[in-house]
Amino acid sequence: MQTTAWLVLGLPLAGSILIGLLHKQLKGKAAGYLGTAVLAGAFLCTILTLISLQDRTEEERQVVFVAWDYAKTVGVDAQLSILIDPLSLLMMGVVTGVSTLIHLYSIAYMVSDKGYNRFFAYLNFFVFSMLLLVMAANFLVLVIGWAFVGAASYLLISFWYRRKSATDAGIKAFVINVVGDIGLVLGTYFIFKHSGSLDFLTTFEGAEKSFGEHGNNDLTAGCLLLLVGAFAKSAQIPLHTWLPDAMEGPTPVSSLIHAATMVTAGVYLIARMHPLFELAPTAADVGAVIGAVTLLVAGTIGLVVTDLKRVIAYSTMSQIGYMVMGVSSGAYVAGLFHLMTHAFFKALLFMAAGSVIGAMAGQQNLDKMGGFRKAMPFTFGCFVIGGLALAGIPPFSGFFSKDEILLVIGEEGGWHWGLYVAGYVGAFLTAVYTWRMIFRAFFGEACPEAKELEGGHLHHAEVHTNPANGEVEDTDVGFPGSEHHIAERAPEMKVAMGVLAVLATIGGFLQIPKVTHILEDFLEPTFADSHVHHATSDGLLVLGLVLGAVLGLAGIAVAYRVWVQQPGTSAKVLERFKPLHTLFVNKWYFDELIGLVVVRPGAWIGRVARSSFERIFVNGTLVGGSTGVIKASSSAVRAVQTGLLRSYAALLLLGLTVVGLYFLLSA
Amino acid sequence: MNIEWFLTVSALIFCIGAAGVITRRNPLVILLCLELMLNAANLALIAFSRMHGNHDGQVFAVIVMVVAACEVTVGLGVIVAMYRRRVPIDVDELRELQG
Amino acid sequence: MAEVLFFLTAIGAVTGAVGVVALRNPFYSVLALVSHLISLALLFLLLRAEFVAAAQVIVYAGAVMVLYVFVVSYVGGSDEPMASSLGKPFKIASLGFGAALFIVLTAAVLGTGLQALGTQGVPYEAGFGSPKEIGELLLTDFLLPFEIASFLLLIAAVGAVTLARRRGGLETPGELARYTAVDFLRPAGTGTMAEGVGGRRRLPAGIDERDPEPASEPEVKQ
Repeated sequence: MQTTAWLVLGLPLAGSILIGLLHKQLKGKAAGYLGTAVLAGAFLCTILTLISLQDRTEEERQVVFVAWDYAKTVGVDAQLSILIDPLSLLMMGVVTGVSTLIHLYSIAYMVSDKGYNRFFAYLNFFVFSMLLLVMAANFLVLVIGWAFVGAASYLLISFWYRRKSATDAGIKAFVINVVGDIGLVLGTYFIFKHSGSLDFLTTFEGAEKSFGEHGNNDLTAGCLLLLVGAFAKSAQIPLHTWLPDAMEGPTPVSSLIHAATMVTAGVYLIARMHPLFELAPTAADVGAVIGAVTLLVAGTIGLVVTDLKRVIAYSTMSQIGYMVMGVSSGAYVAGLFHLMTHAFFKALLFMAAGSVIGAMAGQQNLDKMGGFRKAMPFTFGCFVIGGLALAGIPPFSGFFSKDEILLVIGEEGGWHWGLYVAGYVGAFLTAVYTWRMIFRAFFGEACPEAKELEGGHLHHAEVHTNPANGEVEDTDVGFPGSEHHIAERAPEMKVAMGVLAVLATIGGFLQIPKVTHILEDFLEPTFADSHVHHATSDGLLVLGLVLGAVLGLAGIAVAYRVWVQQPGTSAKVLERFKPLHTLFVNKWYFDELIGLVVVRPGAWIGRVARSSFERIFVNGTLVGGSTGVIKASSSAVRAVQTGLLRSYAALLLLGLTVVGLYFLLSA
Repeated sequence: MNIEWFLTVSALIFCIGAAGVITRRNPLVILLCLELMLNAANLALIAFSRMHGNHDGQVFAVIVMVVAACEVTVGLGVIVAMYRRRVPIDVDELRELQG
Repeated sequence: MAEVLFFLTAIGAVTGAVGVVALRNPFYSVLALVSHLISLALLFLLLRAEFVAAAQVIVYAGAVMVLYVFVVSYVGGSDEPMASSLGKPFKIASLGFGAALFIVLTAAVLGTGLQALGTQGVPYEAGFGSPKEIGELLLTDFLLPFEIASFLLLIAAVGAVTLARRRGGLETPGELARYTAVDFLRPAGTGTMAEGVGGRRRLPAGIDERDPEPASEPEVKQ
């Protein structure tokens, strides 16, 4: 098992390095196939590791492999080690599996881009860092993986680096991620202060002893700081503003990073740290509340956004809110189950969106789309499956996972009922905005590009422009390629989307309540020490299932009425609720708030520091002072070199006198 | 007429010669002042020879005279060569090594 | 009696020294030095160094100073301008340095613990300072310095000749070449010594390689 576990990490790293070194030599799609093959190998190794883990007995299912021991040098038990247990294997499986499919998709999607090889090198590097994150066995490796993931995300968001909007988005994502990194590291410090060990298993086993039966303030502070890190990575309020902007990256990037893997890192973190969160209920409650708030806010914004990818991005934010709410409240299995199913259908939705954008020759605005149903049947089918799963319609996977979370929250009682209600309101909103997107893009009057496609010709843009602001671009390195691809014509894309569609459909059967509990049994060893006790009341269960299905269908019906049956309805509703609409369109003014509270003071401090401290102290004293001293002393020494014979002779004489004086006095 | 007096006179002449080397600008005169210093040294040597009663100092003085003669020869040759090439005969003008 | 003579010669020597330094005309400085040398010879006589005194007068005042006179009259050496390029402070400073050195040396001499300095030296033996004694020492104990000194003289002579020779720079272009018999014994391009030191004159037909502008060169012109 050790070999296969390390291979899971090593293969993507090797792929990334190999593609990076050979990026000038690899021609055509070679880099794509290499990257995909490497990941397929990693997925295979994950399966093998899973099999060999399941061979062990229940008690021995948390294994640590150490590659290098730093303990002797640093004084802290820092090791380069990985932890193989059911939780990490679940994450590894999701990451490698979905990544393989997305790599397959990208082989065809990115074909005409001049930065093709660079793309696959970056993508492999991202997968490596994500795997490092989920396989970490101590806080040190976790932080390393966390930081790498942020860096990979930055590289991929600003992939088309000659677009200013893309580079701005990359910087925004990176800066907010760094805020999260700081939270993570500080949280680690607070926890380490009491536990004395960086290793996960050691910390968790000794948690009650180190922190006391009911936790202490340091633990709460540490968990809150860990939450800051989780929120930054998972785009929860208030650190969420980077996610919509991150749609500047190519669609496979959005699909992999901002749907399935990186944004779920926060959820993984809370699930992994569950012994600590259970001892610090304040932090857990904060997590649950923020998750609920995020899912509502993101849902409302999703109702009014007009960019296709941004709708899906806000839906991601909302669904991650569900997951965060779930794992913070103790619904670990449910939350992780939703993570897995969400990875399937969200990646599928993004891939399908990429196909539609390809048909539109790079245009992403929903206002300009319509009637693609006849021209792109396969893409439409994928959208429908993904939309049904997202809206929570049985028997698709989203239904089972989402309702399980809300069931556990409902059972908590007390003020958690507020979260319960919020969850179902969010489910309704989810259905509405998801199907708004589908109806607007695929139903109604066919737009010119759709008509062209029906005639068998894929629309090409004569002049390549930036879809956001209409600036003219060329198709050289740093900008998107000249050609766009749709699923119907690219077999790789079709295969990837097909597999995900199947998974989105049948994935729910892993954990049908009361019927199958494969996932629960699988994850049992990790969460065995959890104190949260679930007494599932059947009444609430049935209520939840029915309510979920009803709300989902109701949402679809509302969307159908507003956008298909009576096309003018949305304009009328907009008129009546103008202030609300303005609030939603401006994303609840979070960007402006952050700009006012953080960016402007920061810039002001920078300006003040530059004009005062830097100018006076650094430039004047340190730099100017040292050069001034050297200049003065060297010019003083230079003054001796007059070139005059007489002055040299005079100095000689003076020296002679001094020497004579010395001997005279020392005698 | 102790030996001290001779040594004092020698020191005086030496210092006068040194002051002259520093003060004058004509290289010929500088060489002359250099001669003064050498002669002062000779006087001291002879005085010490008288004090000790052996002739080592006197032989040393003779050799000093030889060296002084050689030095004057070469120095004057340099000055003549300078004059021939229209270089100004003034040590203050010759400051190419400045800086 | 000896003290009177001592003071007189000492004053003469110092006066001559001051004259060398202070007189503006270099010629007068040379003459002052001559008088200083002769006074010094008398001081040597007072110290019973007869041979050295004679050598001083004959060699130093006689030969070296004559050389000086020749050069001073050739080079000229105008009266020095009164204004020094370095200014008065430098002059005062240098005189100060000299004075300081004098004080240091005098302090050394007068304050020394050497008892013999307070006397007139060891008792006089007959034949002290005679040429016989000096010559004996030069050829026995100090043979090596003697030989090296003679070698030094040779080098100085060769050096002086090399430094002061003509290099053909004083011949004007239009000057007629005067031939002597030896010019035909030293053909051009054969590496003769005369050619090496640049003393050759132009031969007829002007095939002197050191000529920058050949008068008539058989040149093929297009």
